[in-house]
Amino acid sequence: MRQALHAEWTKLRTAPGTGWLLLACVALTVALSITAATAVTCPSTGCDLDPARVSLTGIDLGQAVVVILAVLAMSGEYSSGMIGLTLAAMPRRITVLAAKAAVLTGAVLAAGSIAVLASVLAGQVILPGHGLPLSLADGSVLRAAAGSVLYLALIALMSLGVATAVRDAAAAIGVVLSLLYLFPIFAQVVTDPDWQQRLQQIGPMTAGLAIQATTGLNSLPISPWAGLGVLAAWAATALMVGGLLLWWRDA
Amino acid sequence: MTIGTTPYHSSLRTGRDGLVQLLHAEWTKFRTVRGWVVGTVAAALVMVLVGLLIASGMHSSCAGLVGDVCAPSPPLGPDGEAVSDQFYFAHQPLEGDGSITVRITSLTGLVTYPADQPHAIVSRLEPWAKAGVIIKASTQQGSAYAAVMVTGSHGVRMQYNYVHDTAGGLGGVSAASPRWLRLTRSGDWLTGYESADGTHWAEVGTAHLVGLPATVQVGLFVASPGDVQVTPGIAGGRRFHLTRATAGFDNVSLQGEGTGGTWTPDSVGGAGGPASAQGRFEESDGRFTLSGVGDIAPYIATGKTAGDALIGTFAALIVVIVVGTMFITAEYRRGMIRTTLAASPRRGRVLAAKAVVIGSVTFVAGLAAAAVTVPLVEWVLRANGFDIFSVPPLTELRVVAGTAALLAVAAVLALAVGTVLRSSAAAVTTVIVAIVLPYILATASPLPEGLSQWLLRLTPAAAFAIQQTLPQYPQVNAAYIALYGYYPLAPWAGLGVLCAYTALALGLAAFVLRRRDA
Repeated sequence: MRQALHAEWTKLRTAPGTGWLLLACVALTVALSITAATAVTCPSTGCDLDPARVSLTGIDLGQAVVVILAVLAMSGEYSSGMIGLTLAAMPRRITVLAAKAAVLTGAVLAAGSIAVLASVLAGQVILPGHGLPLSLADGSVLRAAAGSVLYLALIALMSLGVATAVRDAAAAIGVVLSLLYLFPIFAQVVTDPDWQQRLQQIGPMTAGLAIQATTGLNSLPISPWAGLGVLAAWAATALMVGGLLLWWRDA
Repeated sequence: MTIGTTPYHSSLRTGRDGLVQLLHAEWTKFRTVRGWVVGTVAAALVMVLVGLLIASGMHSSCAGLVGDVCAPSPPLGPDGEAVSDQFYFAHQPLEGDGSITVRITSLTGLVTYPADQPHAIVSRLEPWAKAGVIIKASTQQGSAYAAVMVTGSHGVRMQYNYVHDTAGGLGGVSAASPRWLRLTRSGDWLTGYESADGTHWAEVGTAHLVGLPATVQVGLFVASPGDVQVTPGIAGGRRFHLTRATAGFDNVSLQGEGTGGTWTPDSVGGAGGPASAQGRFEESDGRFTLSGVGDIAPYIATGKTAGDALIGTFAALIVVIVVGTMFITAEYRRGMIRTTLAASPRRGRVLAAKAVVIGSVTFVAGLAAAAVTVPLVEWVLRANGFDIFSVPPLTELRVVAGTAALLAVAAVLALAVGTVLRSSAAAVTTVIVAIVLPYILATASPLPEGLSQWLLRLTPAAAFAIQQTLPQYPQVNAAYIALYGYYPLAPWAGLGVLCAYTALALGLAAFVLRRRDA
């Protein structure tokens, strides 16, 4: 396993896009978060806005870059034919997948922490001036921030699982982004409240981002940690299906 | 020593890389890759199936909601369109031609439980609260009318038959600066005037009401539409707050046959309703005080639209973008691009041929899917108890053809971005994020309304405006936001934004394709 980890780490580290993608993930997340924080205003009489959610809006965009990184970690091997070599060197295929997942999670956790921390700190500076006090010292804000980092890591794991199953990068990204972006859109058009809630409970993005909520916890479609659990279930299922196909299929 | 050489001439006839040959070559590539054909068919199917699935899961027992209760079906106006027609009306009959002149000395309003003071009834005038004079075919809801009025904060207006609105002088009304209004009837023509002093009159507008009966009702009216507040975000929504306006009139003079009797006060559209919907009328010494609720305006539809039926467009879009990107990135991955460019060295043409092929194929698939989806899903929605906002056939055609065009242009954009980036992962993500994410941010994020509107003007997501069928009326205060099917740009302008991005990307793609080694 140590060799596998070392091998995967070397691959990820030396792939030409990795550094740029991690940088883009941080930059885009922070940029959108700051834009959102600057744009919102809350009248002195109060409003329904959740300051933590506003300051972490950038995750909506940053996760797309995480998806690219995670999909390329697997699909890149298939498109270049490297996978044959990898599996010849390390015949225990599940170990390869586990090593990839571990290395990827580490990289995303690192970049995600920087992105989330910068976003929340920016929010902490900007938002009070707009009538929305926010403090990282607050327990629920800390949970929202830490949860958002975990959210990005789980998105990476789900993407890796899908990419392992689908192999082609374009198709894998299509599948992952459909799972992320279509649930919130469909949930809006459904007028039936039960249906709407169900869609928001099973969508990986709508459920997972419940971790960012710090106000109005009673009106959430799903509680914060349960929501992250739904995303974890998606990631586990994707990895399991991917792992099974990897183990069972010719490379 | 020199060796005489004869230049080599191919026995093939020249011109094998004409556009027709290129189109044929690219079409052959497309149709022989099973994944791409399956993908395009799947995009069409997914549009139909998503629409059906969502429609079949929704049930409604009423036409629309006001708060949490079912609203009755709206009355129909003179042209058969749904209208709002509720106001307080003190009237007399008028036979044939005549006129009414009044001076308005005050206009005040109340808002019940507004968003900023949720536990109070606040003294505040709704911007589109109305008080003035009206000539109406009858007191029936939906009958033809023309009115000249003072509004809360939109100055003097002349309005007729619900949808027509002409602006007059600006400014409100107060005891210090009262407003004089006059409305005259001459045959089918009604003319509205305003004055500051009752001697110098300025025309505000004219209305031609075809088929206005000989005897009409003339009088004073007051209306105040509900206050609409929109909160952004997933937990957001529309909230209506009941409002009421009260106006003081004096110097009332009527000319014409049948006038001069007593005033009949009437709650048009509110009779028999709750007490909060009733008006009030007082008269003393030629001074009148009227208070009323409601609005005389086009009805803001709450039914389902063709755009709702086409919700599967988002799913189809993602599939189409994946196929469009692969159409070029697969060539790079397999090294096929070198053969392609060797066979036809004019690289710009290769790109053009690819764009035409992927654009046409997607357009045809999208057109078929949309043409099936709209009637099918609307049928299911109707069967489940929903009102469908009906539109002229040409508008329906615009939505169907426009949706197909939206998919086709998105596929070409994906092709262009794929050519520039060569990596399918980056290209697919860029295009999906560029088109879909702004829509999500504009409809389901805490971003304020102003920024959301700009997102739907400046990003490729503006193209979804092509699916808007609901008309937007500046004289009606409603939640004109994307979540409810209203876009800030006109339909074709919105699609134009996506086309502009695509043209830009194609230009860049042609440039880098020429400059770069394959």
